[in-house]
Amino acid sequence: MADPDAAGDGGVVTDKTRTKADGIMGEQHILDLQNVGKTYSTGAVSARILDGVEFTVDRGEFVCVVGPSGAGKTTLLKCIAGLTSPTTGRTLFEGEEVTEPPAKLAVIFQDYSRSLLPWLTVAKNIELPLQKARFPAKERPDIITEALSNVGLEGKGSVYPWEMSGGMQQRAAIARGLAYQPDVLLMDEPFAAVDAQTRIDLEDLVLGMSRRLGMTVLFVTHDIDEAVYMAHRVVVLSGTPAKVARDIPVDLPDERDQVTTKNLPRYGKLRAEVFGLIQEAKHAVTRDIGMVRA
Amino acid sequence: MTAKTTLRGWRLVLLRAWLPVTLVVLWWTLSAGSEALYFPPLQEILTTLVDEWILGPRWRDDLLPSLANFTIGFGVSVLLGTALGVLLGMSPVVRALFAPVLTFFRSLPSPALIPIVLGILGIGAGMNISLIVLGAIWPILLNTIDGVRSVDTQLREMVRSYRLTRRQVITYVILPNAGPQIFAGYRISLQIAIILIVVSEMVGATHGLGYYVLESQQLFMVTQTWVGTILLGIIGYLLTLIFLRIERRVLRWQIRMRQATGAS
Repeated sequence: MADPDAAGDGGVVTDKTRTKADGIMGEQHILDLQNVGKTYSTGAVSARILDGVEFTVDRGEFVCVVGPSGAGKTTLLKCIAGLTSPTTGRTLFEGEEVTEPPAKLAVIFQDYSRSLLPWLTVAKNIELPLQKARFPAKERPDIITEALSNVGLEGKGSVYPWEMSGGMQQRAAIARGLAYQPDVLLMDEPFAAVDAQTRIDLEDLVLGMSRRLGMTVLFVTHDIDEAVYMAHRVVVLSGTPAKVARDIPVDLPDERDQVTTKNLPRYGKLRAEVFGLIQEAKHAVTRDIGMVRA
Repeated sequence: MTAKTTLRGWRLVLLRAWLPVTLVVLWWTLSAGSEALYFPPLQEILTTLVDEWILGPRWRDDLLPSLANFTIGFGVSVLLGTALGVLLGMSPVVRALFAPVLTFFRSLPSPALIPIVLGILGIGAGMNISLIVLGAIWPILLNTIDGVRSVDTQLREMVRSYRLTRRQVITYVILPNAGPQIFAGYRISLQIAIILIVVSEMVGATHGLGYYVLESQQLFMVTQTWVGTILLGIIGYLLTLIFLRIERRVLRWQIRMRQATGAS
């Protein structure tokens, strides 16, 4: 927080130079977590949640972060989103250190009922974050219509969130994220509050959408099946404080399907691998009961 | 809209009207031809009301000034109370700076301020309005502070991550979120304001409804005292009715949500 530029991320990268730099260096990670650690202190008690978390996300990648409950997944997501600052290390978004929520990053929260505003219609909810500078008033109706159709909510703009089912509300929240036209979409256990069938529908919706629009998604979940099914890469968090236990590339065909993909032997293997790591992590947590958990 | 009977139209009107109508009829018949000093016939009271307040000049000389003072006093309380409430609710520092003083003033019974306010401002509209504001602003202020602070943590994070401007946050998040609580404050303040307009005119005015009631009582014009009291009752009732209308209009999203989801 204190001094964003002092960290020296290879010179402050402006929008123009970045494209050039990309061209010359070939690649720049869109997200770059460097030694991210977080300790919460309340009075005498302090809890170390994250310690030296390091991984990167490239443009167009779909990365899932999995870990047992209380492993600090949400804390990590908040560090990336600029909603809290790490105690040690730093997070780079498009080459710049994150000190506040970046303009080209959108977060989809777990609880749609507490993220959509009940006193505004769905369309107004989507429009609210569209600031004048980036979204001229004339273009907004089209942006909103397109976002709604991308999540299968055509014609639902004039409806209030509480008039829709949970799954539809989360779609509306996703539409708001899409309309914001972010370079990275962060999703924090977005399907934890919906029923199993809706969850499957939403998984396929987000999956199809992200592949179609070439979006970069960082998806936090505790559901191993979901992680392996959706991701290009699965980052497993474990331990107290949490570190990256393994960064597993998901070498499944890019075209995913609830039945065929989940029947592939490779899918079972990956799933087992992640499951094993999580179990290990869980035992580690039980061993360290002296520690305060997140 | 479940198994409960929905009351609409004439049935609702009948159910609501029977008691007031019965009371008025009873009063009218029982008081007819009454000679008792303190209980003049209702017929006489109503005739005086019409003669003095509707046909006579009193509506202009006494009723309008009272209503004007009330409107200004309550209006200032609403605007000032809400604005300061948002400011204090949003800033822990400002809140800490003013909290002890606030607690002191809201604990002070507002009629106790009459002698001082009367001494400083003298008799007149300024005194009446000031007293209303000094008494009615606290429930609005405190409820607004509470409502503003009650924004859910995840909602706060949503607001930050989508980089909403301060103005957007106040208009589209903080105020609607605090709306039900702010209106609960308005409702309490409305009653206080109605009481205070009467009290302040009783002691610090040369005209107005409150003045009329006390003055007529001191001159043993008992019929006039009754007229003033009934008028005050009617006005208080109408003001509350208007207020509830406005509240229902502003908070209609909340009412509809409650109906749709069955949540409280």
